[in-house]
Amino acid sequence: MLEVKDLHVTVEGNEILKGLTLTIKKGEVHAIMGPNGAGKSTLSAVIAGKDGYEVTQGSITFEGKDVLEMEIEERAQAGLLLGFQYPVEIPGVKNIYLLKSALNAQRVARGEDEMPAPEFLKLVREKLGYMKMDPSFLQRAVNEGFSGGEKKRNEILQMLVLQPKLAMLDEIDSGLDIDAMKVVADGVNSLRAEERAILIVTHYQRLLDYITPDKVHVLVDGRIVKTGDAELAKELEANGYEGIEEGSAA
Amino acid sequence: MATEEMEQLVTREYKEGFVTDIESDTLPPGLNEDTIAFISNKKGEPEWMLEWRLDAYRQWLKMKEPSWAHLDYPPIDYQAISYFSAPKRPEDMLQSMDEVDPKLLETYEKLGIPLHERAALAGVAVDAVFDSVSVTTTFKETLLEAGVIFCSISEAIHDYPELIKQYLGTVVPKNDNYFAALNSAVFTDGSFVFVPKGVKCPMELSTYFRINEANTGQFERTLIICEDQAEVSYLEGCTAPMRDENQLHAAVVELVALDDAYIKYSTVQNWYPGDENGVGGIYNFVTKRGDCRGDRSRISWTQVETGSAITWKYPSCMLRGKDSVGEFYSVAVTNGRQQADTGTKMVHIGEGSRSYIVAKGISAGRSDQSYRGLVKIGPRAKGARNFTQCDSLLIGDTCGAHTFPYQEINNSTATIEHEATTSKIGEDQLFYCQSRGISEEDAVSMIVNGFCKDVFQELPMEFAVEAEALLGVTLEGAVG
Repeated sequence: MLEVKDLHVTVEGNEILKGLTLTIKKGEVHAIMGPNGAGKSTLSAVIAGKDGYEVTQGSITFEGKDVLEMEIEERAQAGLLLGFQYPVEIPGVKNIYLLKSALNAQRVARGEDEMPAPEFLKLVREKLGYMKMDPSFLQRAVNEGFSGGEKKRNEILQMLVLQPKLAMLDEIDSGLDIDAMKVVADGVNSLRAEERAILIVTHYQRLLDYITPDKVHVLVDGRIVKTGDAELAKELEANGYEGIEEGSAA
Repeated sequence: MATEEMEQLVTREYKEGFVTDIESDTLPPGLNEDTIAFISNKKGEPEWMLEWRLDAYRQWLKMKEPSWAHLDYPPIDYQAISYFSAPKRPEDMLQSMDEVDPKLLETYEKLGIPLHERAALAGVAVDAVFDSVSVTTTFKETLLEAGVIFCSISEAIHDYPELIKQYLGTVVPKNDNYFAALNSAVFTDGSFVFVPKGVKCPMELSTYFRINEANTGQFERTLIICEDQAEVSYLEGCTAPMRDENQLHAAVVELVALDDAYIKYSTVQNWYPGDENGVGGIYNFVTKRGDCRGDRSRISWTQVETGSAITWKYPSCMLRGKDSVGEFYSVAVTNGRQQADTGTKMVHIGEGSRSYIVAKGISAGRSDQSYRGLVKIGPRAKGARNFTQCDSLLIGDTCGAHTFPYQEINNSTATIEHEATTSKIGEDQLFYCQSRGISEEDAVSMIVNGFCKDVFQELPMEFAVEAEALLGVTLEGAVG
């Protein structure tokens, strides 16, 4: 589904990713772990198309299409969706309006009709309940005045409504207390499907206690230095990243 | 985003830029006492009205064009402007829509003005001003039944001379400022609304102004009076065809609210802004003032300003009545080479008077925009309150936004709050929306509309929709 080959990315002249290769197949859940500054967030930002990242070498393809040639919105329309670590506030724009616009923009881009309002409302209410969010969330401005936990839940709510093919979650666990983390993890788990892949970027192993990944990659200094299964995350928890780095150097 | 891409997106076409090909009765350019006599005569005005105009003209001759605004434009040649233009038609006033020149109706149709059944459905009465003559006023009859007078100011001068004598020029005196004096001398048409004591006007009133002739100025004069406990909501919309010459628009609007009266005045202004190089476009020098003459009276200005090459406009409230309320809700959008110096004046005279100012400025392209607001609290305005919020949003990095707040407080019991923000349309906000699959243009429109929400919600429902659409057109692609 997603193929990242020998990806080199620079930000303001500094090379952050230095030849990253990653393959994600349908139905898989991948976790990318690594110390601060390793380039974890850079990877998901580049895939989503954020400005300011220069790809100097390598390729990203999604279902055979060259992602780097696509506009930001086209990537989302193709089924790539990024859940933000720090979602921005958009004053005056109702949450429900953003959701509806996004869903319909994606549907229209796929050649489908816009979703009728009653059906849309039903869908949103159902997902809202799943995320244990009050319906008043829909009428509030996007992320405005939301607590850290509310913002993260809102990101997952969008995923549940938009149903991407590849959901990328950037440090979705940061700043969450244990209860909020469980709700977020439940939301992510409910996204698991045969047709869908999930890429979790995280610094800590604790989220992976709730979401068991099929594959864990360790990202250090712009490269994946080790890949394993869920056990690898536990190992990291016990030995830290330094042990891995030494291991890879050997 | 690449600058080149941004610039490409900023360019857009003015959608109302067509010229209606009808014969018109246009006065050659030039201004002197004969011009004024011609206008007055053409309108069949009584002698006192001509004298009033001539007095204004003589005062205007002694005045100087103001230069304090943050605007840059070549000197206006007042002798190069034609001061009267009327579509040719029989001398008698038209009795029904069927008699109106079909081309004219076509023009209105292109503008989307609901003159026919659409008007009935929407419940909107339209006084359509085409160049200098009021073409037709719908729903006049229905309104008269309720006791509301809604007609062109020319008709009012004929039919209600006592009301005109009593109120005209009492809010904006003839010599108030350079442009008001010019307007007083040469005004050609405009609307007149009178809502008698205790009457709530049964429908929204609306006027569309449109400048059609080349080299014509439009000087409309609007006067709205609400007696005790009367209420009215009035909307004006403005468009003009695309021309290379600059055209002058110098309007005067006077509102009078007596005890417990409420006037809501909403404007959607979409005059031709000129092309991307600043050629052509309307020079809009407008004096709008509301007089809260009565106790507990309330005047509310809501404006959405997207057009004009130059805007000089400060809808104001004189809060004379005890516990009177003045409100100003504004969205001003400039793009291309547009310049706007706009804001409000709230003059607190009455005890317990309150004012609210919410001004949102959006600058894109190479435009320049200033908010200029005065809050003045007089010595007798005990316990007066003002709240001002003015926010600027910049799109791209070649535009400018300035804020000039003035406060004159002569009373220690007054409460003044002022909040101001300037922000650049966030790359992060854009990216967030786009990464959800929303196109860049829709994302900008969404963010900007969100920014303007406080003001849009003050507009009458049907016009709020229009305003949002207009904003979309104006900022089409103005992404940074």
